[in-house]
Amino acid sequence: MLECIPETPVEHTTGKINPAKTCQPLGAMYAALGIHGCLPHSHGSQGCCAYHRMHLTRHFRDPVLASSSSFTEGASVFGGAANLKTSIKNVFAIYNPEIMAVHTTCLSETIGDDLPNIIKTADIPEGKSVIHVNTPSYHGSHITGFSGMCKAMVSYLAQSDGATKKSQMNVLPGFVNPGDMREIRRIVDALGVNMIMFPDTSNVLDTPLTSKYQMYPDGGATVAEIRDAGNSEVTLALGSFASHDAAEVLQDKCGVTGIPLKLPIGIKATDDFIMAVKDWFGVEIPASLTLERGQVVDTLIDTHFHYQGKRVAVFGDPDHVIALTEFLLAMGMIPVYVLTGTPGKAFEAEIRKMLEEAGITGSRVKAEGDLFELQQWIKEAPVDLLIGTSYGKYIARAEDVPFVRFGFPILDRAVHPLMPVVGYRGCLRLIEQISNALLERRDRDCLDEDFELVL
Amino acid sequence: MDTSSVTAEGSACISERQNFILTTGKSKSSIHCADDSLAGSVSQRACVFCGARVVLNPVTDAAHLVHGPIGCATYTWDIRGSLSSGSEMYRNSFSTDMKERDVVFGGEKKLATCIDEIVGKYHPPAIFVYSTCVSGMIGDDIIAVCKAASERHATDVIPVESSGFLSGNKVVGYRAAAIALMQLIKPREGETVEKTRKLNFLGEYNLGGEKWVVERYLREIGIEINVAFTGDSTVAALKQAPGACLNLVQCTGSMHWVAMSLEQEFGTSYLDVNFFGAANTAESLRKIAQFYGDPEMIRRTETLIEREQARIQPVLQKYRKKLAGKRAAIYVGGAFKAVAIIRQLKELGMEIVLTGTQTGKKEEYDNLSTLLDPGTIIIDDANPAELEKFLLEKNVDVMAGGVKERVLAYKLGIGFVDHNHDRKDGLAGFDGAVRFAREVYVTTCTPVWNQLKAAGRRV
Ligand code: SF4
Repeated sequence: MLECIPETPVEHTTGKINPAKTCQPLGAMYAALGIHGCLPHSHGSQGCCAYHRMHLTRHFRDPVLASSSSFTEGASVFGGAANLKTSIKNVFAIYNPEIMAVHTTCLSETIGDDLPNIIKTADIPEGKSVIHVNTPSYHGSHITGFSGMCKAMVSYLAQSDGATKKSQMNVLPGFVNPGDMREIRRIVDALGVNMIMFPDTSNVLDTPLTSKYQMYPDGGATVAEIRDAGNSEVTLALGSFASHDAAEVLQDKCGVTGIPLKLPIGIKATDDFIMAVKDWFGVEIPASLTLERGQVVDTLIDTHFHYQGKRVAVFGDPDHVIALTEFLLAMGMIPVYVLTGTPGKAFEAEIRKMLEEAGITGSRVKAEGDLFELQQWIKEAPVDLLIGTSYGKYIARAEDVPFVRFGFPILDRAVHPLMPVVGYRGCLRLIEQISNALLERRDRDCLDEDFELVL
Repeated sequence: MDTSSVTAEGSACISERQNFILTTGKSKSSIHCADDSLAGSVSQRACVFCGARVVLNPVTDAAHLVHGPIGCATYTWDIRGSLSSGSEMYRNSFSTDMKERDVVFGGEKKLATCIDEIVGKYHPPAIFVYSTCVSGMIGDDIIAVCKAASERHATDVIPVESSGFLSGNKVVGYRAAAIALMQLIKPREGETVEKTRKLNFLGEYNLGGEKWVVERYLREIGIEINVAFTGDSTVAALKQAPGACLNLVQCTGSMHWVAMSLEQEFGTSYLDVNFFGAANTAESLRKIAQFYGDPEMIRRTETLIEREQARIQPVLQKYRKKLAGKRAAIYVGGAFKAVAIIRQLKELGMEIVLTGTQTGKKEEYDNLSTLLDPGTIIIDDANPAELEKFLLEKNVDVMAGGVKERVLAYKLGIGFVDHNHDRKDGLAGFDGAVRFAREVYVTTCTPVWNQLKAAGRRV
């Protein structure tokens, strides 16, 4: 990978070199896995479905099931309606899920299959559901697909039974790991509020090894819960790219107030999340959470001199990067390059605003970028630390930069899907990873006489 | 809720799928395999594009440009364990990242610009341009774009017609790659490549440095590899392919057609070889030496085999002691690989109780069943429910397969060895046989399985 960046300046105006995003259906599939008893279905040829399952499996290291309409040439000529109808019949006959969540692929989108109509006229067994989202990959990214599937859950399933709302809230957690969803639940439980979280992949993609394989693991929001989300008082939508749309639809459809928040990554975003719950429901913040927050502040002070003033490059999915950038600023680091592969000018605006408020100038911020670009920037003016997905490892090696893995996908390390980066515990993990990366570099590079036991 | 147990009671194999499953010695019927998977099934199959990509990607100094939306490029970005001794160009991911407007108005212009920019940046000796579902559907003429770009830049811009929708089968993609390779190595008008005593090694992808292992053996007996298709190859080396006096063919899926084309066009004969397992390796080396017919070479081959066998057999014996009688399942991409693994596991004293592939051909399945004991289950394009049913029913201890089977096996408390194209450890040759045995041993006998048993007693 060392030769990725040519020595003389070059044009890079079209296409992507070393992408920082992937296609919509993958996100839709991931979201669908967060419904209990759901079989995601890929309406297209088998190849796409195999890729999406494989990619998710590599990140989560757990089985990922999804069916496919198995297009062949006939479908591309005559349309895929017959394939989808047969698929629906077969899926319920063979795999017997509670619900089938259909997403399209480039192929069925280009053919132009009319999914709502096909589904309406399909044979769906009593008590079972089929929902769908259009996920053309020549638009948006995997995050767009995730957001789309969340919206589909709301528009197909959520229902309001009347004007009076139940004292419960919905949380749309965004494209985060099962470990993060677990942590969100732990925090909300500590606050003593009833919550419906969807999608919820905890207990789906972080299941224990029992020698028994459950095609539909115990976890996931049930269809009944998602339906009942229409009766909640409020929805906390975490992350503008992945969750806000679904909250808006839910507000319009069922009159559930939507509160847009950042992903609760970092101390401020976690505070905001907890305060939003407190303010709405008037609950007391339990001593346990106050203690956790105090520990984070204590740890920050214990370690601030390791990272303060360091130049850092961050890339990944927009909601993750936005929240993390806020935390990095709080830590006194300088985010000099901030990039996401997902399109969206709002990303750039939001990051710029944070940088401006922190008085940092000269940073490069880009939505819909790629890693070629990021590496080019780093080559021009180096950084002390790189934070991003596994794909960052090429840059880290070529430019010899310490590297912290963060976000999706992480393909070369394990355990991460179980370890939260959200909440106060997530803060501790991030502080540990960031300072360790820098300190390990220091230990590796320093002269014998500078090698210290106590740091 | 445990729906899986419901499906596992037989309905996992819906009647339409019955012909995809065979029990050796029990049924007379032959297996259906080239058939397309059923709409709505959880298939393990990949696509045409994927097939083409795995074959061509190891060409190290070429730029590989995927003409399609971003996903296709992301999922195939550096996922093979193919190693390079030189250029790392092939490990970058180039995509035209098609957008809505490209789908509406056609993506040819964007493709041409991307090619121009890649040439401007890297001047690669060749660019492979892969078509995908979308570029195929909207009818982009990648052949014309590549031809024009070739002329514009006086470099090889080779179209790979790998639109996935043509078929759900990787084999079609292997062929698309093979056609692209033939186009690349075809000498220009008036040019010829001198014949040498070197050989080409087809179907060798240098996973974990496997090509280098075989290269060392061949060198020792006095033969040089001209070029491998495509592990650790360069464009210039591939263009010298017609200069070989022999083609070795190692992977049935992708390379027989190339071997036959090379024979037709350049009169090079070919030999089937297989360097997985000690017995296969010895057999293959002997075959090669026989082909050259040089007594000194034959003598050296015997010396090499004797020395290596003497070195590794005691180690294999040790593993054999631990593994004898354990029950294995094999679920890999192609029948060639299945055969090689069956042989090695049998050498380790293990019992094969289940085998299957994603893309086997009928003759290959017939061949498979002759290698297996009666009662072994053979399955084509299995879905996870079927795999689970048979893995449990047959009380399997260890499974060889790919990424998706790994996690399934683990969940069932079954050991796993990676024998797919994205594995990182070289398994070829004599040392590869030892490494394979060790991998099987490590996963079958890891003390971690004790924790699983303990869990039943404690928590
Ligand atoms: S064809 Fe489209 S949906 Fe399929 S993998 Fe490629 S980008 Fe994704």
